[in-house]
Amino acid sequence: MDENEEVISTREMTLHMGPQHPSTHGVLHLVLDMQGEKIVKASPDIGYLHRGTEKIAENLLFTQFVPYTDRMDYMCAMTNNLAYVQAVEKLLGLELTERGKYVRVIAAELSRMAGHLVAVGAWGLDLGAMTVLLYAFREREKILDLFEMLCGSRMTLNYLRIGGVRYDITEAFKKKCLDFVLDFPQRVDEYERLITNNRVWLKRNKGVGVITADDAISLGLTGPSLRASGVKWDIRRDEPYLVYDRFDFVTPTGENGDCFDRYMVRVREMRESAGIVEQALKGLPEGPVNVDMPEIVPPPKKDVYKDMEALIHHFKYVSHGFKVPKGEVYSSIESPKGELGYYIISDGSEKPFRVKIRAPSFVNLQSLSHLCRDAYLADVIAIVSSLDPVFGEVDK
Amino acid sequence: MVMPAGMDRSLVTKRVVEQFGEALLDAYTCKGETTLIVEKDSIVEVCRFLVGDVQFDFNFLTDIAGVDYYPRVPRFEVVYHLYSIAKKNRVRLKVNVGEGEKIPSVTPVWRGANWAEREVYDMFGILFGGHPDLRRIYMPEGWEDFPLRKDYPLRGYKDEYNPYGEERK
Repeated sequence: MDENEEVISTREMTLHMGPQHPSTHGVLHLVLDMQGEKIVKASPDIGYLHRGTEKIAENLLFTQFVPYTDRMDYMCAMTNNLAYVQAVEKLLGLELTERGKYVRVIAAELSRMAGHLVAVGAWGLDLGAMTVLLYAFREREKILDLFEMLCGSRMTLNYLRIGGVRYDITEAFKKKCLDFVLDFPQRVDEYERLITNNRVWLKRNKGVGVITADDAISLGLTGPSLRASGVKWDIRRDEPYLVYDRFDFVTPTGENGDCFDRYMVRVREMRESAGIVEQALKGLPEGPVNVDMPEIVPPPKKDVYKDMEALIHHFKYVSHGFKVPKGEVYSSIESPKGELGYYIISDGSEKPFRVKIRAPSFVNLQSLSHLCRDAYLADVIAIVSSLDPVFGEVDK
Repeated sequence: MVMPAGMDRSLVTKRVVEQFGEALLDAYTCKGETTLIVEKDSIVEVCRFLVGDVQFDFNFLTDIAGVDYYPRVPRFEVVYHLYSIAKKNRVRLKVNVGEGEKIPSVTPVWRGANWAEREVYDMFGILFGGHPDLRRIYMPEGWEDFPLRKDYPLRGYKDEYNPYGEERK
């Protein structure tokens, strides 16, 4: 028989990728049914990091749950804090102070930049472009320094509290933050010079993991991944919370719904976020950052040491918490990954009756099997990175 | 059908009453959020209607949540949050489910309901009829209980891996 006529027969094989694989962004376990190099079916297997956050929430005071939200999407903790405290505030019917709203916008947008920097950096690393990770982490480090100035911690921040924020921002922070956001667009130019027109980057992302707008909506995709398919939906614009309606920003969208568009949307969003922080810093009003309700907002620590009333309030706040009126709310924000929503039911006590977290990474990850169909094994890495799942949030 | 006195007056409630009549058990608007309580067996038709209706266009399933009201009968509630990307509106649908009862799956309407329903099953043990792949999603395959039920202890049950858990009754 001639060599060229030899029949090459392949049979389907199953490959397990993860949960200890460096490119799965945590503990993703993918079961890949493959025909040669092509994926027939990709089934994500999750739950390795499940901590029962919703069960924990039911057994804590409303205030005590805020630090747990930091551990959901730990790459951008501020937005997690924001989604939760905003839902509780809606239940309480609280109206924040003007300054408090501006400070929250600044915190949330810095967090978005930090989150997208990891997304783009780790993505580059997964596809063999290590330099961009180092560049992205250089800027992320500066954002973490800013967070440290704000509240003393860098990753799990616990900065936003029900009724406001823990500390007011200082002049030194304002100056450093403004310097950073003015410089940031030039840094994004650097990342773009490294990869946006890089031939390898284009080959591995253009036309890979394509999803149409209809499929994306049916599968529940939100955030940059949905906008890359051309759906212009941004909760900051469509259902404005805080003071987002006062700022001038655009919502970038893609056309092709492939990995490259998801990358471009994130890059452009980082620039927009820098613009929002700049506007918020310049328009920052004077006044208190917290609402004036001692049962909901604990007094400043220095008052607790010298003022009897403050000490009593502080003690009551820590030991008893506060009652939240009976009812239910759903409140969502545009987190860096997509729609982050909290559905909270209160039975009128100090503890929530039920907290349901709509984690964007969890819902987005569901579309993985759709995106991977007929892709090559190497494309799976790019597709997982383009969805940017964070497993603290996927597994709850 | 004539709308019962005291029922919610929002537009979406009116349309659903017109279309489904008795299948809509109750409706109310609180804090700007409209909630419709729907008969268990007609949840898929109500969802289809809300998706297809040009006036509402609730094309996006945000989330499905289970709630345990133990010891109430029926015990569970399944809550659907719907959103319209075009009209920027939200609505909440609720279905009451007893222990061991099946409710129809909404996966034929939204493919994205797959994982959400699996999560509800995993945490509460609520069964979804017609679901293509109703397996546990977070807990290990051999797990026996449903952790988010109100009668499940916070620290779990005592076994060889969990010495701090509660004794099983």
